Order: sequence, then structure tokens, then C-alpha cells
Amino acid sequence: MAKIVVDGNEYEVNPNNNLLQECLSLGLDLPYFCWHPCLGSVGACRQCAVKQYRDENDEKGTIVMACMTPASDGARISIADEQAHDMRERVIESLMISHPHDCPVCEEGGECHLQDMTLMSGHNYRRYDKKKVTHHNQYLGPFISHEMNRCITCYRCVRFYDDYAGGTDLSAQASHHHTYFGRHEEGTLENEFSGNLVEVCPTGVFTDKVFSQAYTRKWDLQTAPSVCTGCSAGCNITPGERYGSLRRVVNRYNSEVNGYFICDRGRFGWEYVNGEDRVQSPVQVLDGDSKEMSDDAISALFSKLAEGGVIGIGSPRSSNESNYALRQLVGEANFYPGIADDEHAINQLILKLHKDKAFHSPSVREIEQADAVFIIGEDITNTAPRIALAVRQSVRNKASELAELNNIPVWQDAAVRELAQQERSPLFILSNAASRLDDVAQQTFIGTCAEQANFAFAVAEALEGGTPAGLTEQQQKLLPEAVEALSNAKRPLIISGSSNGSIEMVQAAANIARALSGDEPSHLALMLPEANTMGLELLVGPEQELGAALKRCASGDVQGMIVLETDLYRRAPTAEVDNALSRAETVVVLDQMRNATTQKATHVFPVTAFSEQESTYVNYESRAQLSFQVHQSVTDARPGWKWLTNGNADINSIIKDCSDEAAGFGSLDGLVPRISQFVAGLKIPRQSHRYSGRTAMIANRNVHEPKQPLDNESVMAFSMEGMPAMKDASILGSTWAPSWNSNQSISKFQEEVNGELKQGHTGTLLLTEKTESGVPFQANQGEDASNSDRLTLSLAFQIFGSEELSARSPAIQKRMTDAYVALAPADAARLEISHGDAVALDGGAVAVACIREKISEGSCVVHCGAQINPHDLAGAVSLTKTSESLSGNGLSCLIVSDLCEESY
Amino acid sequence: MSSQVIASTKSRARFLTEAEVSEIEHEKTLYPDNQAVGLEALKIVQNYQGWVSDESLLAIAEYLDLPVADLEGVATFFNLIYRQPVGKNVILYCDSVSCWICRGDEIKDYLSEKLGIDYGQTTADKEFTLIPVPCLGDCNNAPVMMVGQDLHRNLTKDGIDEIIDQYRNTNA
Amino acid sequence: MSRPPLDIGAYEANDGYQSLHKIAAGMSAADVLETIKSSGLKGRGGAGFPTGLKWSFVPHGESSPQQKYLVVNADEMEPGTFKDRLLMEGDPHLLLEGMIISAYTIGASKAYIFLRGEYHGSVKTLKKAIAEAYEKGYLGSNILGTEYDLDIILHTSAGRYICGEETALLNALEGKRANPRAKPPFPQVSGLWGKPTIVNNVETLCNLPGIITYGIDWYQGLGKGADAGTKMFGVSGRVKNPGVWEMPLGVTIRELLEDKAGGMQDGLGLKAFLPGGGSTDFMLPEHLDLALDYDEISQKGGSRLATGTMIVLDDQTCPVGMIGNLMKFFAHESCGFCTPCRDGLPWVDAIFRDFEAGRGSEKDLNILREQVEYMGPGRTFCALAPGATAPLGSGLKYFEDDFKEHIKQKRCTYKN
Repeated sequence: MAKIVVDGNEYEVNPNNNLLQECLSLGLDLPYFCWHPCLGSVGACRQCAVKQYRDENDEKGTIVMACMTPASDGARISIADEQAHDMRERVIESLMISHPHDCPVCEEGGECHLQDMTLMSGHNYRRYDKKKVTHHNQYLGPFISHEMNRCITCYRCVRFYDDYAGGTDLSAQASHHHTYFGRHEEGTLENEFSGNLVEVCPTGVFTDKVFSQAYTRKWDLQTAPSVCTGCSAGCNITPGERYGSLRRVVNRYNSEVNGYFICDRGRFGWEYVNGEDRVQSPVQVLDGDSKEMSDDAISALFSKLAEGGVIGIGSPRSSNESNYALRQLVGEANFYPGIADDEHAINQLILKLHKDKAFHSPSVREIEQADAVFIIGEDITNTAPRIALAVRQSVRNKASELAELNNIPVWQDAAVRELAQQERSPLFILSNAASRLDDVAQQTFIGTCAEQANFAFAVAEALEGGTPAGLTEQQQKLLPEAVEALSNAKRPLIISGSSNGSIEMVQAAANIARALSGDEPSHLALMLPEANTMGLELLVGPEQELGAALKRCASGDVQGMIVLETDLYRRAPTAEVDNALSRAETVVVLDQMRNATTQKATHVFPVTAFSEQESTYVNYESRAQLSFQVHQSVTDARPGWKWLTNGNADINSIIKDCSDEAAGFGSLDGLVPRISQFVAGLKIPRQSHRYSGRTAMIANRNVHEPKQPLDNESVMAFSMEGMPAMKDASILGSTWAPSWNSNQSISKFQEEVNGELKQGHTGTLLLTEKTESGVPFQANQGEDASNSDRLTLSLAFQIFGSEELSARSPAIQKRMTDAYVALAPADAARLEISHGDAVALDGGAVAVACIREKISEGSCVVHCGAQINPHDLAGAVSLTKTSESLSGNGLSCLIVSDLCEESY
Repeated sequence: MSSQVIASTKSRARFLTEAEVSEIEHEKTLYPDNQAVGLEALKIVQNYQGWVSDESLLAIAEYLDLPVADLEGVATFFNLIYRQPVGKNVILYCDSVSCWICRGDEIKDYLSEKLGIDYGQTTADKEFTLIPVPCLGDCNNAPVMMVGQDLHRNLTKDGIDEIIDQYRNTNA
Repeated sequence: MSRPPLDIGAYEANDGYQSLHKIAAGMSAADVLETIKSSGLKGRGGAGFPTGLKWSFVPHGESSPQQKYLVVNADEMEPGTFKDRLLMEGDPHLLLEGMIISAYTIGASKAYIFLRGEYHGSVKTLKKAIAEAYEKGYLGSNILGTEYDLDIILHTSAGRYICGEETALLNALEGKRANPRAKPPFPQVSGLWGKPTIVNNVETLCNLPGIITYGIDWYQGLGKGADAGTKMFGVSGRVKNPGVWEMPLGVTIRELLEDKAGGMQDGLGLKAFLPGGGSTDFMLPEHLDLALDYDEISQKGGSRLATGTMIVLDDQTCPVGMIGNLMKFFAHESCGFCTPCRDGLPWVDAIFRDFEAGRGSEKDLNILREQVEYMGPGRTFCALAPGATAPLGSGLKYFEDDFKEHIKQKRCTYKN
């Protein structure tokens, strides 16, 4: 620790940080633009000017930029000094000379960092009366709007987009006061984290285009802390609602998980919540006619189902509460996961590995700290994007090491990047085709799932001191490099997952991690396909297989089945599902959206979307997190558990029951805040203290002022009343602090900049007990099923399209590609298939052919989306050209990883 | 270096000529990475083509595997990279202080009037483009201007007539 | 040029490359460094930083990067500055010899000359000279039979004044936008491609061969006053005989202006002058007897010696117009990275245009005064805007009457 003096007061600070960061950590108000807690300092905006004094006798002092000055011991500064204040006012004044002052029509207005800083700096009157500089704006795709005239040239956008997120199609252009930030020409911003520009930009240059369609000021949005259900990363988000419809999603800071950034699937993939495809009300289907069910009929139905003889299919996208309620209703023996059998087996293995003493499942923050990463088969950019962003940061640890050697503080962002050049911490990627992280990888290996697993087994063997046999020439070259990098690393990390359906990959990943573990467990991050896969798998045993459930139905063994938020046609072969559904007498489906399974149901119940319910989810690392209800559904939807318990439970009791009774869920109940913890027992309002028009909410339909909806279960209220989430509250939906209306107010709620939230939850890890001491898996020499006619098949995933619900959001659909089959040029030539041809897989499912250089000959990689049921595909397929065509975007939205090596 | 691509740009890139490629390849031997070569390539292509068109920009980006957005950022930063077509003869007219003191602005007005163009413009016959340049380092001979690679010193109105006629005739 | 450049034979005949033979005969890099340090040579690019001291910051030893670079700042673009071009086009081998000495001392095996893109004449002379030097074994592998290798690469700039700032120059050389870099780290530690790098001005390097060949005493004896050696001094503006001369440091301004440049043209009086290019403070006729050395110009003249190329303002040229011309230049050449420079200079420029057009106001005059402080040293990211405030601040002080007259008469009072 170091002692510094700010305006006469002494403080203890961290000397490894700069003065700006430490002032903000201390809660002092010091304006800034170009500095960002996650991006470090570059000294461009000159907004954080302070006066620094040599010693206590120095009365003159000099102006320095706080962000570029280390918080060294003995530093004496003044924020209040008149010259420093003048400097800051002058900086704002000149930043504003060409700013359009269009706050009333700007979507940033009300949560604009520029507005806040302008007020804080005391610049009130425009003196500039010359001509302003104006710019053309660009079309940037379906997610982001561009208004360059508002730009204050802080360079944050390119620093985030290019330097941090690895984007390549946004740059600073021109110079002096004509500096421009945009693409080289109009077109979609391609990086999968582009949405963060909305939050990174301190003013309204980059705004949320989806939000624009039904725009509402920040203070008029009803918000609550929520968790993204787009993948298993469990990013924290704040959805905002107005007039019964969801309007936007923004990042919610969680120091251990997403920090300041979320992916574009999470930010823009929520529109389905407002969609017309939502199941509207409970219906019974009789002879093809749907009939709305009465409360009595519903009650009678669930009472009857509770009598037994019914099986339940739980869902990896349902909350723990709903899955648990279903298990309670049907009994453990009748409760099955809505997960394909091969994936279920891998997920159960992953659960087992979580309990193994040799492994630790790292948080996103821990992933960022890894100094060597080995990825096996999991295309994290498309299956858990936030993890890919964290891996992209991990390769920069080498730069931090070099900086330390050269006495350059790590927060000197530009200097550290310049020093390190292309020096990176090692990253090795085994994949079935080129991936988006290849640009920062030390080495990549492209092969079929079996080839990847075999090579990973060989790496593990070599790490244990063995000499693996049967390696190809390329593998022989890669192996020692990988072994050396992993053994030299202080914090090595192995990543794999279950999306490929290859248990060998996960076993091989475990073997490598086991070989690296010593006194401390080694880091093994195993990705799961969906938001609550982990939660569901904890509620079922390995022997409970979906295939078996479908067989039981088909055999007439059961009277009925309850399908919770599962489209069975995405989980099992079509024929098996058809067979089961046609034999079952009663098929009760509870879901948010109509889908192929609801079509076959006898009873359909609408369930609430993520933003319409309070619920818990468990992420890939077994982190259980509580997501609050943001708004009430405009449909008759209720949470699944509400239907399944026949109305005999509330959220607190169901979490308590699950916590008490379900193995592994013991700490779940601790997530729920108690009203008694809050000031005077006051609830937390979901509406801001500036919320407007509340009494006129439905005035277009009825002039009578409605009673404010009550929330009898949650600690949150659908109202402005109560005690807003201030400094010490653990419930922080939308951050706000006096003078800080933008998301930058987050520093007021952190223990220190980039630290934990004050008394806030980062979730609770369910699997903390290490009970198992496993042994290495036997390398399973898997054989590929290809021959000259058939290509070994593996699956590809797309950030936009592979996740079931977000794929039904219009903005996401504009970025979705059709189902495609990627194959090597030689195979394409042999089969006389050209890029873009429609191709039938084994004479059935149709996909667009996509010819890629980086793919093994004799194999193909298929992206299914919603157009193909992957469980209908064999391990190897034959491809034939077909005249059928697909209805979507073709391949035009495909993000390939390397233009020059891909023959486009 | 890797770039993510949604729609192909390759179809719109022009082909680099053999001469351009061979000069770019030579530059590659002088610098440790392609980013540095990128700026050199812009100069090389401009040397042959007169300016850097969108198609040239794409061609260089693809040839050197550089993000085209970054290359555009560089191309638009520097004064001597032209992203718009220029005339056969680019006149760099010194508008800096020593020439100004020596009444360079009056000569410039005369030149502008003669050619019918102001700074940043090209004559209708595409013969001349007039661009201001900050100091040509020949201040003891002010006012000065550079046409192509030739420095013209101690400019007078009569001198301007002669010089312009000379280039017109050479090109005719 | 008044004469064609010396070819390598003529250069050698005039003691050219003698310093290298002396070094090859047994001077270690440390010896050379010590000699340059003791010589008192200060950087001739403008900042006047001691050259030997700068070199001594380059890290040596096992843990430091093996690759080091020498970069020659030949991006002469300071308004009114025309000395480096003369050296390169008149005596290219002098520069090369200096480069070899510098590169040898810091352990660089690669040196880049960052040359102003418009200097086509210099390209020709340097290319020829480099080829000659390779042929004679002064460049390439095992120079003069030693273990030392050096390659020199000529790079022409794509044109930006900011490239004269050494870290912006490095970014340009790396093919990036030429925004300056934060210091620290200094280029000596992390420079070109993150490697230890020395950036020296052309004229500085041209001083080295003499120091090594003839010794420190000889070199120091050249200076007339406090500073060692000679310097290129130039005069431009409406004087009788504008030009560049190599003169001992410490001669008086009067000697330069009256003896060499021949005084003002007939019918003109001396109003003021900028002593060392466009980013120095104005000095007045009362300063004519000050000595041209680093300290005297700054301490007694309130300005900087900087490039040593003087721009003379006569009494029939509008000082407001002259400063306006400089402000337009600085505003255009701002790289756009930091706020005071990027957005402050265009405002200043716009105000000057208003003055020129007869729309000057007291309000704007006050804004100009404020901007001098706001864009001053320490406030901005690099020295570009503070450089602009030098003629602006001193001009506002010395020519206040002229500004006020513009406001009062609503026109430029120097025009009819």
C-alpha cells in the first residue's frame, strides 16, 4: 500500500495503479473519458487533469493527467485546485465544439457519460461560435446505429473493439479534428462483441438499434438484476421493460463472471420474449382444436398428473425451480433430462470431474488470468462467447510479464501493447475447422473429433512422461511445443465441453489437466451447451436417459408425459420422438414459444421467459445465480414450477425446498435476499426514482388509474417506492449515483475499481466439495467412420442461430446463416459440389455447401440451426447436390475466420 | 493475422500489377512485419496508379493479409496518400510561414485563378491538382512549390505562367 | 544546391570515414559513448537534449533485447526549417558516417532513415551514397574487418508534421497512424517494434564524425559560448540574402541576420523573428545582440534556439496574419489524439480567420489568451500544441496593438 494526499486528505492506495483509478476507488469524483476500468490508460482525452505537488512545500504544482500518473507513495495532488478545474472545464468545452447538443433526440441522453462529465466539469455556456465539423454516418448492421457527429474522439471504441475484442473492421480514420471512427465502408460490424460499443462509447455515437425500435429513457425502464440464458457462461445482465414489453438488455457487472462485457447473442437475443410466437394461454387440444382451459380444469389436470404413472422431461433452459418442481411431481425415477443421450453422458462425466480433487473449474476472471490455454474441440466463440473473450485476454498475460520486466505499469495500455508486439501467452486450439480465436493462437490443429481427442490423449501421455505413438508428422511437431508451454505455465488452463458430443475429448481434457495438477488442483473449464444444463444434470442420474423415456412412452408403459421447456425434436431422432408422442395419451407441454413439440401436445401451458420470473440457474462452473423478475408477462404465462405445483408454492418456498432436498443444491437458498436485511423492511423498487407516467400507463385503453401490481414473493417491488439499490444493497439492477447517470456509475458500487460489488452476490458455487480422486482415462482410439463415399460428421455452432430461443429474435435472425455443411475443397471437387450449392445429407436434410480450406479431408462439419435435427444425422454422411433450397440468408452471414485461407 | 469476414471483398479488389507486387515484395525484406509494409505498399501503388482507389486498398489489404479498416485508417492519416483521383501533375504549393511572408499567398491566388481550381481540386482536363503543403524546406528561395518531383523556387506570377505552360506542353 | 554532393571518393579525400577507421582500430562502444558524452553535443532536432546521455539509456546485457535500432529523424517539416535537406543533399556521407558511429555505439544492426516524403533530391543523393558505402565496406557485414554489421534502410514518409515527434515517427515507421506514444517508456527502452531505439536528428548525427576524428577539444573549441560545436543557422523571410550557414554556437543573432543574411530588404524594417522555426517564441530587435546558444536564447530571449532556422517578420507584414498562418499549419498537422490540440487548435485557427476577415472580437482575443495556457506544456500529450502556443503566446504579448487594431478597424490593417 502507498499513502497519497488528495486535497489535504491522506488515503491508502495501491501503488500499482494510476491516480485516476485510485481516486475513483476512493469514491472521489474525477471526470474522465478515454480511461476505462478494463482498457487501462492512454492519456488521450486530458479530462482527468489534477494538480500534482512535489512535496508539502510546493505550492505551485504542475498539471498532470491522473490516468497517466502512478499512485506512488507520497504523491500529493489536488482535484479541487482552480487551475486543474479550469483545465477540465476547458477540455470539455473543446470536446463539445462540434458536438451537436442533440441530447433530447439522442438515445444516450439520461445515461450519457458525456452529459455527466460536462456537468461535473462545470462547462455551462457554449462560447464556440464558428463552424462545426460534421460527418457521414454508416450503416453498421442490425445491432448498432452510428451517429459520428456526437463523437468526442476518446478512442475507446477502437480500443475495445480492436485491441480488446479482436475485431478488425472498425478503425480510427483521417486525423486532426476530422478523426473518424467507422468501418472502411458501410456494412455489418462483424465482431461478436460489437454491442459493447453501446456501453463503451461515452456518448451516443454507437447506440442499440434494437432498443431504438421502441426506445425508452433509462429512467423509464423497469429493471432488475438478471442472468443471461444464452449459454452456460451465466453472464449477468440488466433487462429493461416498459409498457409490458422488453426493450433492451445491458451488461450487469459481476467481478467473477462477465465483468463489463457481454456478447451480442446476450445483448440482442431477447426479442422473442415480445414475440407473437409466445404461447399465450393454457389450452387443451382436442381433435386438432385448441380450447382454453379453465382454472378448474387446470387444477384437475395437475391433480391427476400428480397421482403417478407420468414421466417428466426436464430442460437445460429451465430454471432449477421448474426442473425441481417437475421432478417432485413425477418422482425421481420418472424424471428425465431433455438432453440427447450422448450429451447427457458427457454432462454427467463433467459433473463427476467437478467433484474430483485434481480439478478446479475456473471463473471467467480466472480464465483471463491463465498463462497457457489448451482448447479441445469446443468452439467457445460460438458456444460460450464470453469465455472466448476471456481467453483472448489470457494471451495478453505475456505482455504484462514483459511490462513488469521493463518497469512499465500494466495500466499503460498502449505502451504495453507496443512493447509486447506479437508476444503472447501460449494458446493451443484443437478444432474441426478454423475458429475465431486462431488469430491469437500459438498453434492450431484441425481434425475430426476422434483425431482431436487422440492428439489430446497423446499430450496428456507426454505430460506424464510417456512417449505417445502413432502421431502424424504435424502432431509430432505440435506435441513438444504444447507440452513445453503447459508444463512451464504457472496457471495453465484446459478447455473442452460437451457440444461436440465427444466424450473422448472431455476425457482427454481431464487427462491433461490431471497431468498438470499438483498440490493445487489444475484449471479445467468444461463448457455446457445451455444456460442451466448443469442445474438439470444435478437433478438427474446418469442412468436417466431421454431415449429410455421416449421408449417408455412408445411402449405404452406410461399414461402421460410432461415436457418442460424442451423441443424434443432438437433432442432426439425425429422418428423416436414421433413414436413416443403419438403413443402417449396425455402430453403436457410447458413452454415459452410454440415449437414442433407443442404442436403434438394435448395440453400446452405458457411459461414465463427469463425476464418474467425470479429463478436460479447454474453456469458451467457450478455457479448458481439468482435472476430477478423484471416485469410481468402480458400473456397468461407463469413460471413452470407454478403450474407444476398447482399454485401451491411461492418462489421462496420452492427454492428452499430444492435447497433442502435436492442433492448438490444446499447453498441455493443462500442466494435469496431476505426482506429483513433491508432498511426498515422496505422492498427494492424496480422502477427508478425518476420513473415517469406510471399513473397513465394504460391511459390509451382506460383512464382509470390501475393499482400498482403487487409482488408478494420477491424482495423487489413493481414500483418506485422502497429503498433503491444504493451502495450497500446486494440487489443492483441499474446502477445510478448522484452525478453519475451512465453505466460508469459502477465504480460507486465496487469495493474498488474492478473489484467486487459492495456486499454484492457473485453467485454461489454448488460443487465445492471435492469427494473424488479419479484416475486418468484410457485413451480410446476412436475410429472415424468415413470412407470414400461418406464423410465423418461433426457439428458446427453459430453464435447467432445455435441457441434455440435467441434464434427466434428478428435482429439475431438477420445475422443467422442457413444450415450448412462445410467440407474440404478436395472432397467438394470429388463430389462435384460448389460453394453455395444446396446439398442433401444422406438424401434427407438439406444444407448449403460451404467449402473451407481449414477442414480435414474426408470429414464435414454441419451447422444445423433450427433447420436440421442433428440427432437424425449419422456419424458419417453422404452428400448429394439437390434442387431444394433453404429459405434463409444462405451463407451470407457466415463469419469465416480467415479470408485469405478460405476460398471466398 | 486473421480477419473475420461476413461478405467477400475479394471480388472487388483489383489485381496488383507485377511491378507493384515485386516492389512490395522488396519492401517485405526491409521490415519485420506486414503492417509496416502496408504503408509502403500504399505509396508504391500510388506511385503507379496516381492515387489509392478502394479497389487498390482492398488489393493491398488482401495481398498483405491486413485488415482493410486498419489500412484505411493509415491511408487517410497521411497527407501524401491520395484516396481520391488526382490530376496528371500534383502541385504541392507551400502555404507555410516563410513563403507566406514572401507573399506566397498572392502567387497562389494567381495560380488558382490561372488553373481555375483551389486547394484540393483538380482541373477539368485532369492535368493539375492543387494541394497545400506545409514547408518544402527551401525557405531561402520562398515562395516555392513542387510539381511532381520538381521544386520550383522564387515564384513570381510570370514564372507561374512559364511553369504551367511547360507542364501543359510536356503532357500534350 | 549550390554544389553537387560529394561522392565517396571526394568525401574520403576530405577526411571522410576517418572516424570509422579510428573506431575499428580499437574504440569500444563504451569508448565512443564516453567521447560523445564528454563532447557536450546536444541534439540538433529542436529539443537540445544531450546526445550521449540519450544513448546511455539503451539497455545492454543479456536480459535486454538483442535487436536494437537507430532511426534518423530526417522528417524536416518545421515551418521555416531547411537545414537537414542541405546536409543530406550536400554531404550525404557525413550523415551515413554519423549513423554508423551512433548505431555502433548503441549496438544497432539496423538503421532506418525516416526521410521527408517531399525530399526527392535527398532520396537520390542518399540512395547513391548508401550504395557507395556498402561497396566500400562501411556498411553491411563485418564493417572494416570488425565483428560489427549494419544495414541502413531509407524510408520516405507519407507526410505528417507529427512524424517529427520521435515516438509518432516510430509508429509511422511501423505502418501505423502516427500518433505519439506515451513517455515513459522512452524509445531507448521500448521503441521501434518494442525494441530499444535511438532516434537522432540528421544534423546531430552529422556532428559525430568530427568529434571522433578530431577529438573533443577540437569540437568544443568550435563553440564560441557555453555550447560546444557548430550549428546550422538559417534565415528566411524578407531579408536580402536568405540562406543557411554553419556557424559556431554562440555567435550573435546580429552576426547571422546582418552579416550573413544581409539585413532586411530595402524599405523594410525588422519587426520580430522566430529564432528556431515555427514553434518558437517571437523575439524582438532588442534581442539582436544575444548569443545563439541554447541557454542564452531561452533565458534572455524568452524563446528557444530549437532548429536554429530563423523566420524574420518585417514591419510591413501583418503579425496577426503570420501567427494565423502558423496556427492553420498546427491545426492541420495535429494528429487528432489528445483533446487540447485536436479541438483547441482548430478553434484558434478559426478565430484567426475571423480576424483576417475583419470579424475579430475582444471575446475571441480572450479565448486566444486562454488557449495559450490550455494547450501549454504538460497539458497535452506531446509537444505539438505547446509548440504552437510559443508564437501564439508571445505574439499576443508583443503584438497586442495589432490584434486590437484588427478589431477596431474590422479589417487587416496591413492590407489596403
